[in-house]
Amino acid sequence: MSARDRILGRLRAAAPRTAPAAPDVHTLYEALHRPTSRTERVARFCAQMTGWRGEIVRVTHANWVDTLRGLCAAKGVNSLLYGPRGVHGEALAAAGLSVLRPYDRPVDTWKEELFERIDAGFTSTRGAIAETGTLIVWPDAAEPRLLSLVPPIHFALLDAGRIHDTLFDAICAEGWGSAGGTALPTNALLVSGPSKTADIQQTLAYGAHGPKELVILLLDETPAEAGTDPATPTTEARP
Amino acid sequence: MTARHPLQFVPAEEFKARTRAATDDAHLRQSFRSAMDFLMAKRAAQFPDDSALQRQRETAEAIRRYSLARLPELLEQLERRLTANGVHVHWAENGDEANAIIIDIARRHSAKLMVKGKSMVSEETELNHAMEAAGIDALESDMGEYIVQLDGEKPSHIIMPAIHKTKQQIARLFAEKVPGVSYTESVDALIGIGRAVLREKFMQADIGLSGVNFAVAETGTLCLVENEGNGRMCTTVPRVHVAITGIEKVVEKLEHVPPLYGLLTRSATGQAITTYFNMISGPRKPDEQDGPEEVHLVLLDNNRSQAYADEQMRATLQCIRCGACMNHCPVYTRIGGHAYGTTYPGPIGEIISPHMMGLAATHALPTASSLCGACAEVCPVKIPIPDLLIRLRGEATHDAPAGRAPLLGQGAAKSRLMDAVWAGWAALYTRPALYRAFAWLATRFRALTPPVQSGWTASRTPLRPAPRSLREQLAERRRAHR
Ligand code: SF4
Repeated sequence: MSARDRILGRLRAAAPRTAPAAPDVHTLYEALHRPTSRTERVARFCAQMTGWRGEIVRVTHANWVDTLRGLCAAKGVNSLLYGPRGVHGEALAAAGLSVLRPYDRPVDTWKEELFERIDAGFTSTRGAIAETGTLIVWPDAAEPRLLSLVPPIHFALLDAGRIHDTLFDAICAEGWGSAGGTALPTNALLVSGPSKTADIQQTLAYGAHGPKELVILLLDETPAEAGTDPATPTTEARP
Repeated sequence: MTARHPLQFVPAEEFKARTRAATDDAHLRQSFRSAMDFLMAKRAAQFPDDSALQRQRETAEAIRRYSLARLPELLEQLERRLTANGVHVHWAENGDEANAIIIDIARRHSAKLMVKGKSMVSEETELNHAMEAAGIDALESDMGEYIVQLDGEKPSHIIMPAIHKTKQQIARLFAEKVPGVSYTESVDALIGIGRAVLREKFMQADIGLSGVNFAVAETGTLCLVENEGNGRMCTTVPRVHVAITGIEKVVEKLEHVPPLYGLLTRSATGQAITTYFNMISGPRKPDEQDGPEEVHLVLLDNNRSQAYADEQMRATLQCIRCGACMNHCPVYTRIGGHAYGTTYPGPIGEIISPHMMGLAATHALPTASSLCGACAEVCPVKIPIPDLLIRLRGEATHDAPAGRAPLLGQGAAKSRLMDAVWAGWAALYTRPALYRAFAWLATRFRALTPPVQSGWTASRTPLRPAPRSLREQLAERRRAHR
């Protein structure tokens, strides 16, 4: 008999014959106080994210690439890694940013360069969570996982219309991993600020292993008009 | 108090000696006192509304109880889904089996270096020792774990492994052990040193090891909670990722995760969320540029199934390892994590270690509690820790009831003397004539009470009967008033 069969055998012999009813998670979240407008939701996200030391820069479709160019210059970024096949890859390439470096080959062939010679990484985001000031990052073949981890600065473009109130809302609205919903990628991520640690005498230090800075380019075309948007989850198709 | 030898045995006498040494160490007590005060205040600030907190705890408890009730089928579902996703699933009865599985994987890849994200289960199996014996370097990469490993120690807290160390101690340690580093007390500089050393290792490592905070059966997803990014490094950069977890960590659906995750981070360090929440569902796909080519999951029992078999003790497995029970424990705060001599210290360690290591080795642990109930009050999944402590005290001092299999080490703390004392007590208190005779004798001959009464008089005045029993005093008073 294998370890598997022995362990499962013991558990089966001991498992209660009737399982309790499935936990009611929805009720818990229904009782939450929620933002009542899109403006409030965006404001909440920004306040929380700023609390995690994420930097928020408001941009429009027309100016985000130039803003990014300016930020790179201001932060002394000489190499900006991006996914050329990513949703914003074409826009970036077309803008002719001199610092752009494509992440277009397996990491194994250029690990040292990635770790030692890249100043910043750029990714899209799937959305965000207002309650906790959290980005939802969905790496894939076009935008690899290490883009948001290895370079010391992480730039992330976020569409303000895709901010959910809570993680639970995001999972339910998009049906993460459920039949007919959104398939989970190899590695889905939530990111709330730059990497940090408090392991030395509870003193907070940033840039433990991952990025030391997280900059969110917040794409928000809607002029601030409170109350126009009912508090429904934002579930438009991915850009 | 360094623990170079594997922590496999905790003889009661040694535990007592260590607690004495720990309480005499003013430095250590100061470290823990201030760290625990800090963590308690941060947690409290996260839960301003008690009724909301109670609703969250009830939901979290319901999720854990539901998951445990269906544990065997959820484990099978998890295995099926992970396998379909391309993850290799292994099962281990005990720590040695788990280590052997991991060493075997390492050997197949001719691995020389393994980088480790934070994993208490790998501490439980003493994986680092086993890897070392097999000639493979195992390097801890969580800053706190890196620090304690560099000093040849073990974590003293499950969330903050180096909580017992001051920054001066860490500064000295780095200056001594890290080549080319001079003494600095700047925390930013110290973290920078760790970052530089470990980045080098992430690049070189052949295998990355991680723990698992939640395993989702329906989607075949391994969830990891962390702030530093070392967990993401370990699970993304090396060619092989091995995750190890206890069999109890599984939940059915992804939507069951948010309430647990929200309570975990708030209870642990008073954070609304951690920097990273990593949901891994498989190895690198053919068109992807990074991520491990191979992902393994090791499911470890290590006698968790013994706790599972008992309806009351099954609650032990609800634990999500937030560490709040130790942060709020007056005993833990005074003796620190190392005194326990087990992987899991504090209240959760006192109720889980007897299953993992047997009561023969651990029967003193459930007695290291004043039963004040602080642990149960803060536990986010409502484990009735004091009830379980009392239960384990009983199991340690009695045989198993007829018809029930004995626990590992059942009755290990049985003492003839104590049994005789209780039998005598029962006889005395159920026979009035005998009781009166005893009271008369005890009060008349009180001068004969020994001045040294074993452990009692070590720090207290001796117990001595009153000159007259209460009954006699009352009778006298009645006579006087007549
Ligand atoms: S027993 Fe409860 S309080 Fe203690 S670590 Fe586990 S979940 Fe946290």
